[in-house]
Amino acid sequence: MINRNPQLNKNRVLQHLLTTEGLPAAILLKILDTAESFVGVTERDVKKVPLLRGKSIVNLFFEPSTRTRTTFEIAAKRLSADVINLNIAVSAQTKGETLLDTVDNLSAMNADMFVVRHAQSGAAHLIANHVQSDIHVINAGDGRHAHPTQALLDMFTIRRYKREFHNLRVAIVGDILHSRVARSQIHALTTLGVPEVRVIAPKTLLPSMVERLGVHVYHDMSAGLKDVDVLMMLRLQNERMQTASLPSSEEYFKYYGLTPDKLSLARPDAIVMHPGPMNRGVEIDSVVADGKQSVILPQVTFGIAVRMAVMSILAGNQV
Amino acid sequence: MMKIHIKNGRLVDPKNGIDAEQDVYIAAGKIVAIDVAPDGFQANQVIDATSFVVCPGLVDLSVRLREPGLEYKATLESEMNAAVAGGVTSFACPPDTDPPLDEPGLVEMLKHRARNLHQAHVYPVGALTQGLQGKRLTEMAELKDAGCVVFGQPDGTLSDLRVLMQAMRYASTFDFAVWLRPQENSLTNNGVAHDGEVATRLGLPPIPVCAETVALSNIILLAKETGVKVHVCRVSSAEGIMMIRAAKQQGLPITCDVTINHIHLSDMDIGFFDSNCHMMPPLRSSKDREALRGGVLDGTIDAICSDHAPVDEDAKLLPFEQAEIGATGVELLLPLTLKWGVEINAPLIKTLSKITDASAKILGVDAGHLSVGAAADICIFDPDQYWQVLSTALLSQGKNTPFLGMELPGEIKYTIVNGQVVYDQCE
Repeated sequence: MINRNPQLNKNRVLQHLLTTEGLPAAILLKILDTAESFVGVTERDVKKVPLLRGKSIVNLFFEPSTRTRTTFEIAAKRLSADVINLNIAVSAQTKGETLLDTVDNLSAMNADMFVVRHAQSGAAHLIANHVQSDIHVINAGDGRHAHPTQALLDMFTIRRYKREFHNLRVAIVGDILHSRVARSQIHALTTLGVPEVRVIAPKTLLPSMVERLGVHVYHDMSAGLKDVDVLMMLRLQNERMQTASLPSSEEYFKYYGLTPDKLSLARPDAIVMHPGPMNRGVEIDSVVADGKQSVILPQVTFGIAVRMAVMSILAGNQV
Repeated sequence: MMKIHIKNGRLVDPKNGIDAEQDVYIAAGKIVAIDVAPDGFQANQVIDATSFVVCPGLVDLSVRLREPGLEYKATLESEMNAAVAGGVTSFACPPDTDPPLDEPGLVEMLKHRARNLHQAHVYPVGALTQGLQGKRLTEMAELKDAGCVVFGQPDGTLSDLRVLMQAMRYASTFDFAVWLRPQENSLTNNGVAHDGEVATRLGLPPIPVCAETVALSNIILLAKETGVKVHVCRVSSAEGIMMIRAAKQQGLPITCDVTINHIHLSDMDIGFFDSNCHMMPPLRSSKDREALRGGVLDGTIDAICSDHAPVDEDAKLLPFEQAEIGATGVELLLPLTLKWGVEINAPLIKTLSKITDASAKILGVDAGHLSVGAAADICIFDPDQYWQVLSTALLSQGKNTPFLGMELPGEIKYTIVNGQVVYDQCE
């Protein structure tokens, strides 16, 4: 049995980044603070620092992704690391090599860090538990479980616009049940001291006992959005209509899509976030997505700095 | 003629209500006397059982041998060895082999091969439907002649309720018992963990309790309709137990079992995705576990089984959802049952009953007791000896168990089947 928090090594420093759950606030804040120092780098003409020169980082993507993989790649290159991108279709994997065989082979080629995305919850934990102690694993999304760097860049964005966490009311809207982003956001927000985190969704898109994660549950947008400071929208997958979770995207938009009317219920200075890619007209109206309260594009920019921070902190933490 | 004298042991025989220091005398494969030697008894072998418990060989209601078809996971030989090393002298093996046990020839071959190993008695559970596909009935009467004792559908109940009703009705014609695991597959969907806080945190596809209770409700109503003897396998939830309790109070011929894993573990034990805890039915909440323990004590749950399912190591070295279902267990049935008994401070005679005479009664075989004249199927163990569950300590080809590394009470010293010592720890 694996009882110890597998993200921390025996000195209780960060060895892997697998989930935001169970990490001390100090570690989350250290990542955010380090990211602040990298924002400057990404705005310079020469956007490189030599922190990870000579290190090999493998982007191991078992699930298709453009955005996340690209931002990890840019982050690694700005740290002067060598980057190898592997996109392994799940079907090819099931026919041949197992997940851990793939990892063993890449470890034998002296990879220093794995950035892993996989359709199965727990895949990153499995890899982290398997690799040698000098290798670091970053979870870039595992099933419905966690997407910690997304949550951290969201926290970074919130702190940029709102300064503090302890006086905020945050609403997460949409498909909480299937969302690794939502789970990681909830843990990060509660750890950083946000006093009120709300989730807003129809009952078919909420996991059971979600309130045990420390959130307030709403099914009605107008009640749930009232006086919030931060709105975090989630992507709605089309397949939810096929699995009897929702009747149609039109009905979803009408009741849970973020329109200017619904946004007006939040505080006037509320910010609107989305992890991307957006479905305009499904979970969010274009007027809102492109409006002045939207911080969706800054999220993407900050995502690079946050991933640089995670990589440099992990590379600096040895056993 | 082999004659064995087991002396100085503490004889615990739940069926006959004996818990006393009494000797056992065996000749020609049978128990010929208890306590007092028959006239002129000359033993070939004397087993000194001082400080040991002498009890009926255990009867396990679910041991997968993985034959035919799945020998990469385990073989008949490895699992038969494991069974006697666990003190199990009779067991039922579910029909979920490849191909399933749905033809008399397959059952005869399995029985024949098992018999030639001269170890535990193997009682195949015949498939209730052809290929376990839930569409057509199997030749139950022929399968009975070939050696099946009961008929079952191990992977959840049938989606076609009419077929289920007919299968139950046909089985009741011959007074065969039907064994069903209550699971409505459309509600289980692709779930892998109990629908609760742990699955929510870990993002594992959930299995709601209603997947069990909806199926159970159908089973109970159809049992009432057809009058068949039903055995509910592997109940997992508090609500399920309440339904079975109510059905028993109505006088329905219904029995049920639980796995020893579910007596000790809950979904919390999944921890950080421990694939050894990927089981079916899923480990449920600690509240459910308490209800299961209560159900065993008040008799709603008749018996405890190991639900032995050896899995090769590679099949567990996968993300939780993809990791194969099941845990090895036949060698842990006694230790874990003893551990439970110690935890609740129950008398040994009551604890052992759940894995000896009570399970034999469900299986419908004459086993699980030490009456004079009965087959000499005996388990001798040291109740105070703790041992560590290590993969090297297990004879089963499957080393997959959530209990790896734990210290458990109860070390098997000897196992005797038909008057032959088939396991001797000192050898």
